[in-house]
Amino acid sequence: MKRFAALSLAALILSAPLAFAVQPDEMLKDPQLEQRARDISKHLRCVVCQNESIDESNADLARDLRLLVRDRLTKGDNNDQVMQYVVDRYGDYVLLRPPFKMTTLALWAGPPLFALLALGLGWRLYRRPSAAHVDESPAAPPLSAEERKRLEKLLRTEESGS
Amino acid sequence: MRKLIFIAPTIMFVVLVGLFASQLLSGRDPKTIPSVLINRPVPDFALEELPGRGMPLRSGDLKGEVSLVNIFGSWCVACAIEHPFLMKLKQQNVIPIHGIDWREKNPADGLRWLQKNGDPYTRVGLDPDSKVAIDFGVTGAPETFVVDKNGVIRYKHIGPVTEEVWEQTLKPLVEELRK
Repeated sequence: MKRFAALSLAALILSAPLAFAVQPDEMLKDPQLEQRARDISKHLRCVVCQNESIDESNADLARDLRLLVRDRLTKGDNNDQVMQYVVDRYGDYVLLRPPFKMTTLALWAGPPLFALLALGLGWRLYRRPSAAHVDESPAAPPLSAEERKRLEKLLRTEESGS
Repeated sequence: MRKLIFIAPTIMFVVLVGLFASQLLSGRDPKTIPSVLINRPVPDFALEELPGRGMPLRSGDLKGEVSLVNIFGSWCVACAIEHPFLMKLKQQNVIPIHGIDWREKNPADGLRWLQKNGDPYTRVGLDPDSKVAIDFGVTGAPETFVVDKNGVIRYKHIGPVTEEVWEQTLKPLVEELRK
């Protein structure tokens, strides 16, 4: 039952990205060209809803952009030319994967930089964790004879119990 | 050094709160996308007239005089909000306002809407499938472009043009461009 639940959950999650808004009447007859249009559309942001690609969005403007992408492709543009056509009008903002530029430097370099910082900090802590403890706390006094006896008894019951 | 590690999360939290607060309080609408078309010539286009209205809009019409280009549609709620103010501008005869009637389901809808609410436009072009709207980088309606006398886009306002927007932003710019 648990396995079934996990499987159906996985199926649900995996099928989510398959959701798209392309209507049958928009599609191109040439399946290869249509596939290219779909690939391009997945990387273009819907400027109305912003967190969807035009491939997923049901907004009217997204539909018009999808048709435009297909129109450019049938006119012989390659994928980069189609992307550039849209970027010329809406800016880098429409690209769901922003390009690496001076203005996006923080965006791209930020996460690895922070990861490195965290790793470095972690390494430093890992290298000398006990040193601080030992230095700051006084050494524990040795066990008395009675304590030793109690400890042995405890250990023995532990062993036989398991 | 060790103490810093314990203080660091607090410092980061404060910095983040500051960052979020400054973004929230700046009043900037995250939905407005900066236009890449500012200081670029208007795209080449030739739109049809609204059936029965005459005076269609072409890119050549935007040269010679500072003008506003307003994206609207009879379906657009916010356009109805800004409409009375556009009518007021028209009555004051301060600047030619051209319209792009965007994404009408029925080509007659735009003119019907203008007949009902008043027609503030000099020229109006019909753009049913967003061809020109996309060339203008339009993300929604209404949007208003300030075009200088050389036909260069100088400003884009997203959302309704109100008295406040006109007085504080558009009018000073228009006066500057007329010099």
